[in-house]
Amino acid sequence: MVTPAIEISNLQKTYSIGFWRKNPRVALRPLSLQVLEGEIFGYLGPNGAGKTTTLKLLMGLVFPSAGSARILGMDVSDPRVKAQIGFLPEQPYFYDYLTARELLEYYAQLSGVPGGDRSRSVQAVLDRVGLPDVAGVQLRKFSKGMLQRVGIAQAIVHNPRVVFLDEPMSGLDPMGRREVRDLIESLKQEGKTVFFSTHILSDAEALCDRVAILNQGELRGIGAVAELTSSVHGKVELIWAGTGIPAGLKSIGAECRVSGETGRAIVGEEAVDAAIDAIRAAHFRLISMTPVRATLEDYFVQHLGTNTEVTR
Amino acid sequence: MNTRIAAIASNTFREAVRDRVLYNLIAFALLIVGAALLVGQVSIGIERIVLVNLGLTAISLFGMVIAIFIGIGLVSKEIEKRTLYTVLSRPVRRWEFILGKFFGLAGTLAVNTFFMAVGFFAALLYLAHTFQWSDTSLLVALYFIMLEFVILTALALFFSSFSSPLLSAVFAFALFVIGSFAEDLRGFAAIAHGPVRAVATLAAFIVPNFSSLNVIASVAHGDAVAPALVFYNTVYAVLYSAAALAGAVLIFDRRNLK
Repeated sequence: MVTPAIEISNLQKTYSIGFWRKNPRVALRPLSLQVLEGEIFGYLGPNGAGKTTTLKLLMGLVFPSAGSARILGMDVSDPRVKAQIGFLPEQPYFYDYLTARELLEYYAQLSGVPGGDRSRSVQAVLDRVGLPDVAGVQLRKFSKGMLQRVGIAQAIVHNPRVVFLDEPMSGLDPMGRREVRDLIESLKQEGKTVFFSTHILSDAEALCDRVAILNQGELRGIGAVAELTSSVHGKVELIWAGTGIPAGLKSIGAECRVSGETGRAIVGEEAVDAAIDAIRAAHFRLISMTPVRATLEDYFVQHLGTNTEVTR
Repeated sequence: MNTRIAAIASNTFREAVRDRVLYNLIAFALLIVGAALLVGQVSIGIERIVLVNLGLTAISLFGMVIAIFIGIGLVSKEIEKRTLYTVLSRPVRRWEFILGKFFGLAGTLAVNTFFMAVGFFAALLYLAHTFQWSDTSLLVALYFIMLEFVILTALALFFSSFSSPLLSAVFAFALFVIGSFAEDLRGFAAIAHGPVRAVATLAAFIVPNFSSLNVIASVAHGDAVAPALVFYNTVYAVLYSAAALAGAVLIFDRRNLK
């Protein structure tokens, strides 16, 4: 049996708010999930869903109202577990009076990297995130993308077994996102477990072995991306040769478009027979019929409603 | 000191240096040079007394301002800027973070006080042309000033562990002022009656006793400081700072870093 790298059992967090702290605000409803060693696990949800709260609970930055969490078999309150994990907070801010090298040496020292290995570890991680040329520059002169790279570097400088990344692609340009994606994939190839939160669904689809979906502090789905999207009611794309739209297609609610000599319609699986009949009745030749792959976005729309802030 | 506390202390010191905190030494140097020149002209016969009073008071006030205004942000600024998240997600215990911050700022103040003391003795030498044996008591006064800074740093950290920087500054400064009159408060408690006496006595023991740490006036007149006072003040400063730091740790250990 594979040991879970992360094991969360009925973890919940309620804050008391207001002047007298009498009003409870639920940030995370009882949450249970497991992440296996070596997995890339995506933690998805719209802004305010409770993703950052979960990560702060796992890091021991806030204390749970109930439940427990274990990382690599140790309770998260056990200081030994912290030497085995790396964490990149959302929109990180670092000591900007330090240079990149000084910052990484500081964090390596705090993580218990022995003095003799420290310089080598720091140099290796600077090379890995593509910052060797600016290692001696103070962080106050860094761009957002460079700071994000420093953030990832500090999360892995001590060679942790489990890496937690909170919105690692947030605010990055397409090239930056691609680099971070490559870096996460390389961490997996080294056998590390990566737990990352995001509201950018395409990143999760591209990277994750499994994902969990959170909304309003509640777990709404967990599994492989393919498993989740297969639960979405499918659609089919029909293409025919012809310059018009068959009359019967509009009546079954198909989305139709004609360009040049071909027409295209997308219909629900249940309406495929009727759509084919309509095309034949109009004496057009059916060229192809292809199932449209459901995406995580479709899953979100179907399970969480359309009023949630997610980014494709 | 373990390596994590040492790393945090060293980083706190580096932050103070790079944020140009030690630039206050320039203001101090200008003040002490100006005072040495001026005092020689206007204070016939009491130049030394005036310079010692002025120099030691300036050292005390400069350090007090640094201890309070940096101390109050030591924890709250790290929470506000979220730099604390990447520190506490490592094998760093919260008490280690508090102690590291404390030693870092205390170290900054020690270095700052050392350079101000060098400037002060240089001004004294310029004015008096020679040192006297009684000048050793000036070192004791400087040591007491440093003890003041240690207590103030611990208090500022204590307030910083649960309060906003503005309120922390108000609390710490108020305690500095009240503590400077702690002996008067004790005198008042001794002659008061009923509940007023109880409240005044309690207050007199809670506020830091900075008045017993202030020997500037007596050393300016060349009086020696009793060894027993050095011992009691040292024990007092250590115990008071330890209590304030323990309070800071107790509060910070339970705090959710939202």
